[in-house]
Amino acid sequence: MEIAVISGKGGTGKSSISAAFATMQPNVVLADCDVDAANLYLLFHPTHEKEETFVSGFKAVIDKDQCTNCGLCVSYCRFDAIDEIEEEVLINETSCDGCKLCSRICPSQAISMVQEDDSRMYSGSFRNGKMVYGRLSPGEENSGRLVDIVRDEAKRVANANQFETIIIDGPPGIGCPVISSITGVNKVVIVTEPTLSGLHDLKRTIEVTSKFKLTTSVIINKFDLNTDMATQIEAYCNSLNIHVIAKLPFDRVVVDAMINCKSVIEYAPDSEISKKIMEGYQKINN
Amino acid sequence: MKKNIKIAIASGKGGTGKTFISTNLFNALQKAGEKVSLVDCDAEEPNDREFIAGDFQHSFDVVQKVPVIDEAKCTYCGKCNDYCNYNAIFFLGEQRMIRVLEDHCHGCGACSVACEYDAISEKDDLLGTVANYNVMDSSLLIEARMKVGVHSPVPTIKAAIKSASESEIVLLDSPPGTSCPFIQTVATADYIVLVTEPTPFGLSDLIQSVETLKSLGKRCGVIVNRAGLGNDEVFEYLQQEKIPLVMSVPFDKNIASIYSKGLLVTNEDAEWDQKFNQLYTTILENYGNSSN
Repeated sequence: MEIAVISGKGGTGKSSISAAFATMQPNVVLADCDVDAANLYLLFHPTHEKEETFVSGFKAVIDKDQCTNCGLCVSYCRFDAIDEIEEEVLINETSCDGCKLCSRICPSQAISMVQEDDSRMYSGSFRNGKMVYGRLSPGEENSGRLVDIVRDEAKRVANANQFETIIIDGPPGIGCPVISSITGVNKVVIVTEPTLSGLHDLKRTIEVTSKFKLTTSVIINKFDLNTDMATQIEAYCNSLNIHVIAKLPFDRVVVDAMINCKSVIEYAPDSEISKKIMEGYQKINN
Repeated sequence: MKKNIKIAIASGKGGTGKTFISTNLFNALQKAGEKVSLVDCDAEEPNDREFIAGDFQHSFDVVQKVPVIDEAKCTYCGKCNDYCNYNAIFFLGEQRMIRVLEDHCHGCGACSVACEYDAISEKDDLLGTVANYNVMDSSLLIEARMKVGVHSPVPTIKAAIKSASESEIVLLDSPPGTSCPFIQTVATADYIVLVTEPTPFGLSDLIQSVETLKSLGKRCGVIVNRAGLGNDEVFEYLQQEKIPLVMSVPFDKNIASIYSKGLLVTNEDAEWDQKFNQLYTTILENYGNSSN
């Protein structure tokens, strides 16, 4: 069973809730698919039993000795990545998409493509089972493909150890890495907060999960910061037959748990918030 | 006072308060009579318009060119498939089968260049929209909104930033993270304000953002939001790295409540209006110092 925890809006408490889900029972595989800002390793200090290099893409590099400054590549590039400045052709690394067209059409063979290979996938153990995570090197793209690799490894590890539950901590937003994090999972949990932005982002996120016909439930975190908005969000979910499985109060204990490198379930198992997370988790499986 | 500055408001971690800072800074400057544009670059989840009322002015579509293959002319040579670096052409030569996978296409045009039989033409594929809203007399809110299901917000973000170049002060509300969408946003900025929160997750993502900005040769200042919640490690880090703390916003249920209703603290509380004006002055001072 794969459960993906996502949130359109960042900072709603997705990772804290994923951490709680991953520490309620032993023998869990935790997949941190927020490869752009992986954080759960900070709480769980997993061992690195396996490390894989991820080639996220390519960048064009120009050899100035070969270049005749003919400017042909400038006219072909659709990403505004090549400029001719003071009769010198320059490639803007930030804008280059790695399509390789410039390298193919250059009459002087002055452009080559270099691999971007600073991103990694790590797989190992943590105190409650196995953990897999990806770290995308800053500025690189194709995070969706790295998410696929993390999920494949999580499934392999789950099978090899006969662990039944995979908890996926997804990235924020609704783009490619989010879609990669949720395709084919058994359940999606969207964590939202009672703000106008929270509601707006929840709507866009539900649009995505419905598009993929995924069983979706919602957790409203910090619901007591604006109970009217929380009620409005609940009504919206009810109108779509989406189950709100927990309304969690704002509680500093969540931050205190994080500072102590623990999930809230580990740090304060008897707190109200921990009990509500556990109840919510039971409802996902029903 | 220095004019024509582009300031990006960014953060590695999501939900630290980029939108809160961007919309209130915009509002404070706009009320003070500055000509300012705010570009909502969080094209996956744009939210600035919930806080800022503006009059719709115009919008334009952001499109990319995707190939259309005329099978009557296609010889199934496979050269377009060789040229495609995104696996966007599904090709089985022996079965004489060829399909364009539009979701994978980045619109680079390599396949059109590859085809020697004039079998590939192109059509527009919608990636997102950029909408302009007038705010009072001279200010502007520009919203980048990616179409749901599109793989990357980057082309829509780039188009929105490009359309803002006329204003004296441009604020860019950046998407979270440190990958491509973030880089595209901050690369065009003169100064970057990183918004963080004093938690281990916040600090870890802040360090990654700072390192990324260093590699781009960009100077930054930091705003600590929800100060008082969490610990002091972020402040120690800033001191150690000599990164200016340009503002600190305490954790306050009243501020959280104002935000949750889609309201601006710079309208609700004169003291905060003044603090955001001060923030702009602090940014200019730091920017001035760093460019010397």
